[in-house]
Amino acid sequence: MNKTWLILKREYLIRVKKKSFIVTTLLVPLFFAALMFVPMWLATRDDKQERIIAVYDESTLFYDQLGQEGFTKYHFIEQEKFNALKSDLNDEEFYAVLYIPGNIYTVNKAELLSKKQVPIDLAEQIERKLSQVIETDKRRKVIEESQMPDLEQKLAGTKTKVSVSTLKVTETGEQKKSSSMVAFFASYLMGFIIYFFVFMYGSMVMRSVMEEKKNRIVEVIVSSVKPYQLMAGKIVGTALVGLTQVAIWIVIGVAVMGVVQNFLSPETAQQVGQSVMESQQQMGQAPAAMATEGNQMAEIMENIANLNIPLIIFGFVFYFLLGYLLYSSLLGAVGAAVDNDEDVQQMIFPITFPLILAIIMLVAISRNPEGSLAFWASIIPLTSPVCMLARLPFSPPAWEIALSMLLLLATTVGAIWAGAKIYRTGILMYGKKVTFKELAKWLTYKG
Amino acid sequence: MEFFTTQGIHKVYGSTHALNDVSITVPKGSIFGLLGPNGAGKTTLIRIINQITAPDQGEVFLEGHRMTSEDVSKIGYLPEERGLYTKMKIGEQALYLAQLKGMTRHQAMDSLKYWFKKFDITTWWDKKVEELSKGMQQKVQFITTVVHNPRLLIFDEPFSGFDPINANLIKQEILELRDKGATILFSTHNMGTVEDLCDHIALINKSRKILDGPVQEVKENYKSNIFEISYKGDFNQIQQVLDQNFSILEHKESLRENFIRIQHTDGTGNNELIRVLLGAAEIRSFREVIPSMNDVFIKAVENYNAQNAVNTK
Repeated sequence: MNKTWLILKREYLIRVKKKSFIVTTLLVPLFFAALMFVPMWLATRDDKQERIIAVYDESTLFYDQLGQEGFTKYHFIEQEKFNALKSDLNDEEFYAVLYIPGNIYTVNKAELLSKKQVPIDLAEQIERKLSQVIETDKRRKVIEESQMPDLEQKLAGTKTKVSVSTLKVTETGEQKKSSSMVAFFASYLMGFIIYFFVFMYGSMVMRSVMEEKKNRIVEVIVSSVKPYQLMAGKIVGTALVGLTQVAIWIVIGVAVMGVVQNFLSPETAQQVGQSVMESQQQMGQAPAAMATEGNQMAEIMENIANLNIPLIIFGFVFYFLLGYLLYSSLLGAVGAAVDNDEDVQQMIFPITFPLILAIIMLVAISRNPEGSLAFWASIIPLTSPVCMLARLPFSPPAWEIALSMLLLLATTVGAIWAGAKIYRTGILMYGKKVTFKELAKWLTYKG
Repeated sequence: MEFFTTQGIHKVYGSTHALNDVSITVPKGSIFGLLGPNGAGKTTLIRIINQITAPDQGEVFLEGHRMTSEDVSKIGYLPEERGLYTKMKIGEQALYLAQLKGMTRHQAMDSLKYWFKKFDITTWWDKKVEELSKGMQQKVQFITTVVHNPRLLIFDEPFSGFDPINANLIKQEILELRDKGATILFSTHNMGTVEDLCDHIALINKSRKILDGPVQEVKENYKSNIFEISYKGDFNQIQQVLDQNFSILEHKESLRENFIRIQHTDGTGNNELIRVLLGAAEIRSFREVIPSMNDVFIKAVENYNAQNAVNTK
């Protein structure tokens, strides 16, 4: 046990001290932060540019109706000025010239002249403003003609948005709110974390085994410790490296979130919020629908609370540990069996294939967690760590969970046994290209 | 007194019988040579003694008790496929390997200081293995083998791959360790080192032990009653005194002295032979030819293979 600890310590320290570890540990969160933060920052920065738009309004419908929005100002001009600008747009005074034709009411068209390419946001803003003014005017006329002063309110009252809450009836007949959306994200995220972790750190175990074999140090080590101790130290040590990395990422992630929130002063935050609202409006959502936003948030919280949190946490830890153990012991065995990098690809494929398949099936399973694909993928042990976990937020039948866990446990025990056998024969075998038939033979060797 | 023994070791890999009923006895404080052609099973036997692999049948005893995994701390092992972590610093690495052998960090440090000083490599402590030449790495490997003061040292082909200077250094160290009370077992192809170092040998061929014992005894058993005699006198007279039990293998004459090589087929003692010859000529020198380990090795393996070929037919 003491020796396993020594090995674990070395495996851990040697990796954590590596430059590549430090670099990836720091760069990955920076990269994700940049991915989130830079577009946000750019969005707020662009808005700060002051632009004055010259408006020549032939229709005379819009005078004083455009006002100012953000950093964009509208300045109405006369025909002579418009003609002058048209022939010479170099004028530093105006960013662009908006020409509203006299017949805009019927053709619904205006022109924006500029020297530079106009940002898409600005073009959209102008389109929206013009449409609004015309729309309001048309409404006013319709109301006048109909002789019904409260028509506006009546029409507003007809706006309808139906939301369907999905309810699951439990065995005791109790109804529980469930949200497919929340469960979908939870399931996808957890499946992906397991996939990523198993893949990344499982192959780290494999490379470490290969390195020891290639360096010819392994025989010295196994003359001091049992091969299974070496393997155990390696697998647990590498897992701790992974957990350290993830822990650092979480800490950095929380810190970055804090910084971002501080950086975004109330005004800029408001602006971001405003532009989000604008874009929602553009997508056709009436302002009235905004009121339901708050309800939606509450509903999401309720849905999260309705997930079977203890089951999901237990399931995550269980599938995470066993999935990692299963794959890392198999990958460790591959590392011991092969002599060079070329052979690795060939041997590794049958092992990683189920894992890749699982991640491909993940979306389909999250969409239809009770289908037969979901059932089989979450029962078969090589895909179950990803697939059953993805189903857990949808509360699958208890017997399926039990069967999946039992099969995975049995398979993992078997894989560790077989992996250890292959490992201890493989690490001492040089210059021989192994086949799967040969590996099967190794299982019969004693000690 | 025996230090350790293996008894009736069998090891089978699939359809290959790697070791077949191999028993050896290694006396305490001896240097024991494990000989045999390539693929005979030497490395397998060494791995079994080191508890790296388990035998299918048979036992290994150390000082009378059955060997357990605790005993590996008493063994220092330098395998044939030897190496170090290339990216790890030498001192750190040596400390790690010593601790794996059951030393505390403190003990390991003391012992390593002694050995690094002895091999004059104290300045290498913080170097990475990949910065060292192969010869330098071999010194470090040797130190990691002996650092925990093992009472049994096992070297698999210690002189293959080592340059002559390091090979000689290791030879000296092996003798010194033996004098300090360690028991040493090594496998080799190099019969010269066997003559120089070994007290006892065992010869393994085609998975079986075909010969073992103290080196002198083994040689004695393989001598073929050949004598080399130089004399002053008449060759014909010598021929007359030697009866039909002798055959003359070689005969040279020169101005100063004559030389013959003879072999006798019965058990005539050396003194009696000299007495007979004294009547015929003036004897200058008389030497019984003792076979070299090389001769013994070749003869034993060839005999065994020939016998086996007959048996299997």
